[in-house]
Amino acid sequence: MSGRPPAEDIETSAGATDRTPVADADVCIVGAGPAGALVADRLADAGHEVVVLEAGPRFDFDDRLARQEKAIRPTYSRPEVWDSDPERDAHGNSGPWFYPLNHARARGVGGSTLHWQGMVMRLHEGDFNSKSERGVGTDWPIDYADLRPYYAAAEQELGVAGGDNPFAPPREEPRPMPAFPPSYSDSLFADACDELGIAMHPVPNARNSEVYDGRSQCVGYGTCQPVCPSGAKYDGTVHIESAEEKGATVIDRAAVQRLAHDADRITAATYATPDGEYRQEADAFVLAAGGVEIPRLLLLSESEQYPEGLANSSGAVGRFFMDHLFAGMGGTLDEPTRQNHVGFLTSESHQFYDDADAEFAPFKLEFFNYAGPSPVEMALTGDDWGNDLLDRLRDGYGTHIAMGGLVEQLPREDSYIGLDESTTDNHGNPVPDVHWNVGDRALRTIERANEIQRSILDELGVDIEWTAGPDSTGPAYHHMGTTRMGDDPADSVVDAECRTHDLDNCWIASSSVFPTGGAMNPTLTIAALALRVADAVDAAV
Amino acid sequence: MELTRRDAVSALTALGASVAVAGCSDAAPTAQQPDRDADVDADVDADTELRETMVAAAEVVYPDEVTGIDTFVNTFLDSRLAGDRHAASVADAVAAVNDRAKSWYDDRFAALDADTRDSVLREMGADTAEPHRDGSTAEEVRYYVVNELLLALYSSPTGGELVGIENPQGHAGGTDSYQRGPPT
Ligand SMILES: Cc1cc2nc3c(=O)[nH]c(=O)nc-3n(C[C@H](O)[C@H](O)[C@H](O)COP(=O)(O)OP(=O)(O)OC[C@H]3O[C@@H](n4cnc5c(N)ncnc54)[C@H](O)[C@@H]3O)c2cc1C
Ligand code: SF4
Repeated sequence: MSGRPPAEDIETSAGATDRTPVADADVCIVGAGPAGALVADRLADAGHEVVVLEAGPRFDFDDRLARQEKAIRPTYSRPEVWDSDPERDAHGNSGPWFYPLNHARARGVGGSTLHWQGMVMRLHEGDFNSKSERGVGTDWPIDYADLRPYYAAAEQELGVAGGDNPFAPPREEPRPMPAFPPSYSDSLFADACDELGIAMHPVPNARNSEVYDGRSQCVGYGTCQPVCPSGAKYDGTVHIESAEEKGATVIDRAAVQRLAHDADRITAATYATPDGEYRQEADAFVLAAGGVEIPRLLLLSESEQYPEGLANSSGAVGRFFMDHLFAGMGGTLDEPTRQNHVGFLTSESHQFYDDADAEFAPFKLEFFNYAGPSPVEMALTGDDWGNDLLDRLRDGYGTHIAMGGLVEQLPREDSYIGLDESTTDNHGNPVPDVHWNVGDRALRTIERANEIQRSILDELGVDIEWTAGPDSTGPAYHHMGTTRMGDDPADSVVDAECRTHDLDNCWIASSSVFPTGGAMNPTLTIAALALRVADAVDAAV
Repeated sequence: MELTRRDAVSALTALGASVAVAGCSDAAPTAQQPDRDADVDADVDADTELRETMVAAAEVVYPDEVTGIDTFVNTFLDSRLAGDRHAASVADAVAAVNDRAKSWYDDRFAALDADTRDSVLREMGADTAEPHRDGSTAEEVRYYVVNELLLALYSSPTGGELVGIENPQGHAGGTDSYQRGPPT
């Protein structure tokens, strides 16, 4: 591979040659994102017969440079980078808040981590006890201490580069790789933050700051989101490949249609493939299809026994859909800021996170390394070329600077994933309806985050040009809460072990089990819970 | 500013999943030369015409400060023309440009002076057209000729440096430059 292979020449990879079910499977996992991949890897390692059914295709690693062209050229939309299919991925949007679902996920072996940014933080201790410590939301049935060893294991598995954070919960050992050094633009922020008494600290990245686990260190392509051609950014394909080496079977283009069941067990997953429809039986099932498709599959699998949807005696399946809200601000300085060399963040601040109470949500602040336009993307839009274009690029690039932040939203009954019966997907199933709603606490907190961002940018002397505030915020693409965890089967879907209350042999590995979301990107917690689910399944089968 | 082969061929793209790369921009480029089979004269002519047209277009859409365009564009094209679909589409767009040049200015695009070449592209509407793979002639020329060349330049270190970013998006320029301040 050399130069820049064209996006147009990417061939659809053939994927699995045999899509028939695996005989005598111990465990069937639905979904090959990081959650399903980690569970598969652990269970295959423990000697179980594991089969993973993945709705999307398998992508060829060698095509990533060609996919990068799709990320840069304006002709391609973001969902097109990973071949989103409008019919397969159709969805409704009946809520008061618009939700761009297909910008918020990727479908195929590796799941949404093919597309993700790769920031990986542990939740803070208070996040597990929102009701008792902050007076709002609900408590998790587990504590930080329960997840702590799994967080450490997840950091090893994903390969996390990170450093000291004075506000983070206690940890026993450093992260497996040193943090990426701060950026030049961080150093500009540092003076302003010093003046205001705001501490900056490194961002933990699931991205190799050195060679790790046989994967390349980061080489600075700057297109992490939506594609890392070097493989330095972790994604779920890492553990899918590892699971396959240990004997697991991974079937791509195998979209699970229904979960066949009796009163207290799933008996089989029926799945549609290009070669026909099949039925996979197994002793245990792990649902790892993400926070939108898991509730959809359960709702689609309704029966006489479960008329409101499988595992839905509580009525909570699909309810309490949450995401994190973005708060941001940016503008220009009268000096170079050196943005867009890499596509990831190196500094953040959790200083205000644990001030959270009933009035204000937890939030974190981010210092951007990719504020403003990237010159190559600018060059591909506009009516000019030659010297005029170069003048425009020189004018447009170089002095932008910005901050971001994530804010928690509380679980609400009126924010949910349902079925949109008016539209069907490529298999004739009703598509998911994203009915997203956000409350005042989150909106107030966005204003609070904006105030701090403004104070920092003012101190720095930035000419502020844009604000993502309560009226212009958007989702961070984290799908949480839709099969919530709890001790009481009357108001939760899974128990503290992530096993459904209703079905003895069904576990859920996903941010869909989060009772509350905190304000940390969710995937490290998903990974920790997935490893914990693997232990529980291993003990049970 | 001189364009080098390093600009055209991202040396790091040869790395496999398990290879560590430290000094990214020093490794040797590995582009294949196109297979110029002497028996297929027509193909050779078509390939030569395509390449000379793209170089001639680059001389228009690149800023005056850039030198070394011929080698740069040819090396870049080696990786772009190796497959079927993209190569055929570039050839179609290039043929459309040459047809216009011949019917309006009585010569192949590459034989026209730079101002006339600029006019041909503008008269075709390639300046204001949206880039589309499957669109009008203007849109396809914008995608396969103009933007193809601009993508090559501005995702290369030399193109980036013109704008003040030595590791532009799309180039694997390592993890030092983001830490460095502006040149003094
Ligand atoms: C742009 C973007 C940036 C992000 N950045 C971050 C970040 O910085 N940090 C962070 O922590 N998180 C981030 N995320 C979120 C992160 O990607 C997800 O939290 C994570 O991928 C969830 O993992 P998962 O395995 O639970 O689900 P997914 O990764 O979504 O995988 C689910 C898989 O299940 C498959 N599937 C669905 N339905 C079926 C079915 N019926 N049958 C078979 N298979 C099915 C899907 O095709 C998919 O491949 C980001 C997401 C996006 C989109
Ligand atoms: S900056 Fe690093 S992690 Fe991001 S795409 Fe490039 S190599 Fe991958």
